Amino acid sequence: MRLALREAIRSFGRTPVLSLLSVTTIAFALFVVGLVMLVGINVRAAIEQVGERVEVVMYLRRGTPLEAATVAMEDILAFPEVADAGYVSEEEALRRARAELEEFQDVFDDLAQNPLPASIEVRLLPAFRDAVHVEEVAQRLRGFRFTEDVRYGRDWIAKLDRLRSIAAAVSFLISAAFVAASIIIIGTTIRLTVLQRSREIAIMRFVGATSGFIRLPFLLEGAFKGAMGGVLALGMSYGAFLVVNRLVLEGRFFAPAEALGFVLAGMLLGLVASAASVGRHLQEV
Amino acid sequence: MIDFERVFKAYPKGVFALRDVTFHVMRGQFVFLTGHSGAGKSTVLRMIYAGDLPTEGEVRVSGRTTASLRPRDIPKLRRRLGIVFQDFRLLADRTAEENVAFALEVTGARRDLIGPKVARVLAQVGLAAKARALPHELSGGEQQRVAIARALVNDPFVLLADEPTGNLDERATRGVVQLLREINANGTAVLMATHDLDIVRQANFRTIELEAGAIVYDSGVDDAAGEAPTA
Repeated sequence: MRLALREAIRSFGRTPVLSLLSVTTIAFALFVVGLVMLVGINVRAAIEQVGERVEVVMYLRRGTPLEAATVAMEDILAFPEVADAGYVSEEEALRRARAELEEFQDVFDDLAQNPLPASIEVRLLPAFRDAVHVEEVAQRLRGFRFTEDVRYGRDWIAKLDRLRSIAAAVSFLISAAFVAASIIIIGTTIRLTVLQRSREIAIMRFVGATSGFIRLPFLLEGAFKGAMGGVLALGMSYGAFLVVNRLVLEGRFFAPAEALGFVLAGMLLGLVASAASVGRHLQEV
Repeated sequence: MIDFERVFKAYPKGVFALRDVTFHVMRGQFVFLTGHSGAGKSTVLRMIYAGDLPTEGEVRVSGRTTASLRPRDIPKLRRRLGIVFQDFRLLADRTAEENVAFALEVTGARRDLIGPKVARVLAQVGLAAKARALPHELSGGEQQRVAIARALVNDPFVLLADEPTGNLDERATRGVVQLLREINANGTAVLMATHDLDIVRQANFRTIELEAGAIVYDSGVDDAAGEAPTA
């Protein structure tokens, strides 16, 4: 292993221009992937933000005692899909209506009696904010004997579901296409290094080096270049993120774990590309 | 030790590199393989180090048929052979001693043994003083000596030399042939492909002549066994 490491470092230093060129190529290939992933992450975050507004409202029959509503809330909070449930009294509902519908102040003033019912507002956990789960929860809420009505934006949630699916599919397809393109670019770059050292490989072959021995320095070199490319790409992505953040819209960058995963993915790509190139070359010599 | 039994090597379009080649090389022998370019000399050597396999017939090295070797056995075979080429095939960015040490390193030899062994073979080929020189700082003859040292460092039972003097001037040629004879006198068999008939005539060792892939002459004389090198 020490020998392989020495050979990898020696190879990197022996052809600095080619090595830097391959690191730069890998960096640019990964930079494009990084940008696509950043767009994907931010689109997903935006959709999740919209999803925060998914709410099921259970209107209570007039005269439902507060105690009954409190017990119901405890039951509702025990639903696995439910994140939070809040009681809105008739008075609170009217106060909100007054605040939100200022243009109808006169109508509210003329009211002899509060027409608005009390309700329980139920918010769901992120994983359950889709049409199927929302409908399931709504069905259960309808089962309470003092339920007057259960409302949620059925069409709106269905649209949100579609948007989520489209975003996921588009993000997956574009990422896959760019990842495939970078694998090809990185593979070609590493292959250049392998070809450049084909004479050395042939010499190793006839002095009795095993394929594993020949392969290891290339794998280390590929992994190192991939990781370097990953770090550079991360830096470039951060630069692009700062510019967009300042000029266009505010988004979020990779979390530390995601950034580490990105560099590791670069390293893995370098490793795989090297393994494929050397493997193919070893079959030829 | 090296046995060719009715070996044929055919390439696509019906081109034969070897036709019905049969010969045996005994331990410690010195054998010249002669013939024009394209006669099949290099193919014979390639078959010995399993760089190529017969289309028909059998090549046995130390009793093992090369066609039956698994890919992972081939490096083990090559570590027991010394191979020298016309173009030296040295690593350009490594010194003479690093080039020689490399052949030991790939075998996983102990680090503390590598230095003394490299020094010994470089002294044997007369290059102890140029151990730190890079290939481009050495003459053709000296580069070939480094290549021979590299071939010797694993104590091979046979040295395969493919036109080792092909790129050398007359004086360097004499020096390299003399070195090969000394190596042979120490017990290592030598199989040397050459088209230089002067070398062959001067040495008086067993000679196998190839023409269009077939053996047309085999002196079959084991002159080298026990023969002292001539100065």
